[in-house]
Amino acid sequence: MDFALSEEQKMFRIMFEDFSTNEIAPIAEEIDHEETPPLNVLRKAARQGFLGATLPEEYYGANLDFVSYALLIEALARDCVSIAVTLGTHVSLVAMSILSGGDDAQKEKFLPLLASGEALGAFAMTEPDAGSDTTSLETKAIPDGGEYVLNGVKTWVANGEIADAGMDTLFLAFAEAPEGITAFLIPADTAGLTVGYREPTLGLRSVPFHTVYLEGCRIPMANRLGGGGEGREIAERAHRRMAITLGAAALGVAEDSVDVAAQFATERVQFDVPIAEKQAIQNFIAESATEIEALRYLVYHGAWQVDHGDNSAFDASVVKAFSARVARCVTDRMVQVMGGYGYMEDYPMARKYRDARALGVMGGPTELHNVLIAQDVFSAWDVEITP
Amino acid sequence: MDFTFSPEHEALRRMIREFAENEVAPIAAEIDREGRVPFEVLHQMAEMGLLGVCFPQEYGGMGAGEAGYCILMEELGRICTSTATNVGAHIGIGAMTIYLDGNEEQKRKYLTPLARGEKFAAFLLTESDAGSDAAAIRTRAVRDGDHWVINGTKTFNTNGSFADIATVMAVTDPTLGARGGITAFIVETDTPGFEVGRHEDKMGIRGSSTAELVFEDMRVPHENVLGKVGEGFVAFMKSLDMGRLTLGAAGLGGAQAALDWSVQWARTREQFGVPLAQKQSVQWMIADMATEIEALRSLVYRVAWMVDTGQPFTQVAAMCKLYGSEVASRAIDRALQIHGGLGYSRDYPIERAFRDARIAEIFEGTNEIQRIVIASRIFREHGVRISP
Repeated sequence: MDFALSEEQKMFRIMFEDFSTNEIAPIAEEIDHEETPPLNVLRKAARQGFLGATLPEEYYGANLDFVSYALLIEALARDCVSIAVTLGTHVSLVAMSILSGGDDAQKEKFLPLLASGEALGAFAMTEPDAGSDTTSLETKAIPDGGEYVLNGVKTWVANGEIADAGMDTLFLAFAEAPEGITAFLIPADTAGLTVGYREPTLGLRSVPFHTVYLEGCRIPMANRLGGGGEGREIAERAHRRMAITLGAAALGVAEDSVDVAAQFATERVQFDVPIAEKQAIQNFIAESATEIEALRYLVYHGAWQVDHGDNSAFDASVVKAFSARVARCVTDRMVQVMGGYGYMEDYPMARKYRDARALGVMGGPTELHNVLIAQDVFSAWDVEITP
Repeated sequence: MDFTFSPEHEALRRMIREFAENEVAPIAAEIDREGRVPFEVLHQMAEMGLLGVCFPQEYGGMGAGEAGYCILMEELGRICTSTATNVGAHIGIGAMTIYLDGNEEQKRKYLTPLARGEKFAAFLLTESDAGSDAAAIRTRAVRDGDHWVINGTKTFNTNGSFADIATVMAVTDPTLGARGGITAFIVETDTPGFEVGRHEDKMGIRGSSTAELVFEDMRVPHENVLGKVGEGFVAFMKSLDMGRLTLGAAGLGGAQAALDWSVQWARTREQFGVPLAQKQSVQWMIADMATEIEALRSLVYRVAWMVDTGQPFTQVAAMCKLYGSEVASRAIDRALQIHGGLGYSRDYPIERAFRDARIAEIFEGTNEIQRIVIASRIFREHGVRISP
């Protein structure tokens, strides 16, 4: 048993925190307000190797282990959950799916584009009638002369459009093929692909969530990721990685919220003393710090599992459900500690609170993960339960 | 990073689990009903070396470290919280004080028989007017030549009625308070003037003994001062830090048992034509338990690792105690709900576990005190000192 980060991981963490403090913190409020993905910062992140964080060097990646990558997400989320989600979607859902499921040609073609930031990965699974339940998809992929023809509508596509300025989007989209659900890599300029409505969101306002229309999109066989019918497995594995990624984001936002509110409590004087002297405030802080410490090594453990092969569905769902709850409860308490200042958009807590709420909804709502956890627990006793 | 247990710790867990299931489980209901300490179990554990699980072999211990001790408490907590309480009071705070602050001679003389389980330990701190505010104790020790004469009354002493060796906190200089005015002593309980008073009748952990102890002109040799004169408060607090972590481990075991019972029941109990397991209300209770258990597990063993690698752990140990006791209480509460009437019946173990779990939110520092310990560390980082 050894819970210590390696010297290298500790060094990376300092580097990540410096980057976040210097590059992310100054623009976090602005990009939330203007609801734009920060292209300049993403390019800087690309130069640091963050956009290819876990990709091998041969694809111009930074070759980080997943624990280090989780530290990166955690550090970014301390200042801005939106950036953490954009990066997490790009790396955990798209790039790593290509890395683990793609053939050599696909890796050589797409991974350098993603690592260098020439293209940003977008994940297209959800449909109007397929949210938690993705057992069947309305989007169809029909084989036609060595190609597939895709038709359908995808909603809530994270990173759906990175506007102009020379950054393309690479969609990882899932469709029902004759062999079953199949994954496809679709560049944004593919004929028949249209990026539509952008969802106005409570939080994560700089992450562009779009509806994407696929109308007679002809996708060559070379762009099918994995075999026909292997899409479900690819998606599930991506979601297991994303659960840990969002867990790391939850950890970051919760940590920084306590820092911000604790500092506020030492300065805010009521009834002649700083409110830090009040036990009600101390309890809010102590309960939050305790939950954060309980979460911390659940996240690192999940990341360590990814580094050692694959994390189990049970562990992924535990991290996802618990981290979403912690982020939500902690940010809620810290809004309360700061009172009116917690509610004002002039202070960062309101944004953190809005952002944190997304974590219980995206990547599978907590309710779905609860069922998956129960499913795993009962499966040890040969009881099969369905969502 | 490596989240796996060593083969030694795995083997230790197997040994303890087998023992707990074969020897402790059959008597758990009985000792609760009869309100008796299961000495036969404690003696067996002594023979297995478990009563010195965390202490170095040179003092008669097993040398399995804090992680080994947490494994012991987790496995006992799964089966019988009373037994875990007896063991925790003996190892975690009683003997631990001597291990942490005793000199070489004291360790040879007192820790060694305790670690071997030849003698039992207790940790005497609480008084009628000094609970959370431990520095408010009034038990007085006055120097008389090469002895100290101790007078006072200690309350709620786990193992106090049968312990052979006790660590006692007493005021040695009333003008100085917690820092400098309180001293810890090792007391042999057959010393004249050491009297056992009333036994408490408790809601739960009824297979543990909680007694009042009265000291009347009890003469303790100066060589039995633990650590330095005036430094007893700090010594006791250090032991409590250690004890808190292992309460989290016992809570982990208790919560796991609640989950296991619930799963077993939910898969067989049918209502509306299907097992309860098919109902999402029940699935969610199961999922919440399983999730909190995983979070607690990672916290407990990470803090054990911090102790074993010599890192500061006061704040995180308080988190283990706070979170562990709450997770255990929530889990057993959900288990009771899933079992319905059967959960409420004294014919089934849920009812006992429900009563047993409640104590962990209270003893070894109430959860309110744990929150203060945690918050004070955080505010200190922001330059503000808070008082309880």
